[in-house]
Amino acid sequence: MLRIRRDLVDAIWAHARRDHPDEACGVIAGPERAPVPERHIPMENAERSPTFYRFDSMEQLKVWREMDQNDEVPVVIYHSHTATEAYPSRTDVSYAAEPDAHYVLVSTREPENTEFRSYRIVDGVITEEPVEVVESYMFTHTGADDVPDRD
Amino acid sequence: MAVTVSIPTILRTHTGGEKSVEAAGGTVLEVIDDLEAKHGGLKARLVKDGSLHRFVNVYVNDEDVRFSGGLAAQVSDGDSVTILPAVAGGMR
Repeated sequence: MLRIRRDLVDAIWAHARRDHPDEACGVIAGPERAPVPERHIPMENAERSPTFYRFDSMEQLKVWREMDQNDEVPVVIYHSHTATEAYPSRTDVSYAAEPDAHYVLVSTREPENTEFRSYRIVDGVITEEPVEVVESYMFTHTGADDVPDRD
Repeated sequence: MAVTVSIPTILRTHTGGEKSVEAAGGTVLEVIDDLEAKHGGLKARLVKDGSLHRFVNVYVNDEDVRFSGGLAAQVSDGDSVTILPAVAGGMR
């Protein structure tokens, strides 16, 4: 399951709608030790295309180094489809190389569409996962098991 | 000539989990061949039909080797080589 803050979901939508009809792409980085999505990094689509996206390789190097220095990982890798549904294409699957990432897809094919979907893509196998949008990562657990014992 | 090669998560199965390994060579291809000798299986993930695989980016220091000679790009002693998975896709 992907748990993600509402402001980050909104930021992905804003980026996707801004770049429409080209595909938009980016990363949400989070701490390696507790990988929740925290830091939105909109990336340049080097292809500037309505049917293809590719991170600019120099920008990617800079961003990946930053994440490395901050002990962050790419928790979410997102892109938009601008004429088709928010489901990974064959090309998406062939490039998917982060087994621990949540691959998020949004579709901007219709202005009122709010399809925001998340997938794991491991060894070419797509597994869709539920998305829980939360206001904050704190205080959202209600189960007794999540309350630590006091000393 | 010794260089440090930074290995992305997806390829660390070939390096026993190591993030960074040493290799030698005067060009990117020689470095990859040396990596292959030490960590079998890496070359097939990096090279296809004699050129750099489209699924990966390789950098020498801050230079993307696609723009500086590809597999023939020069590597000098002490350089750092970074391998990253290319992040790309599309609707088809």
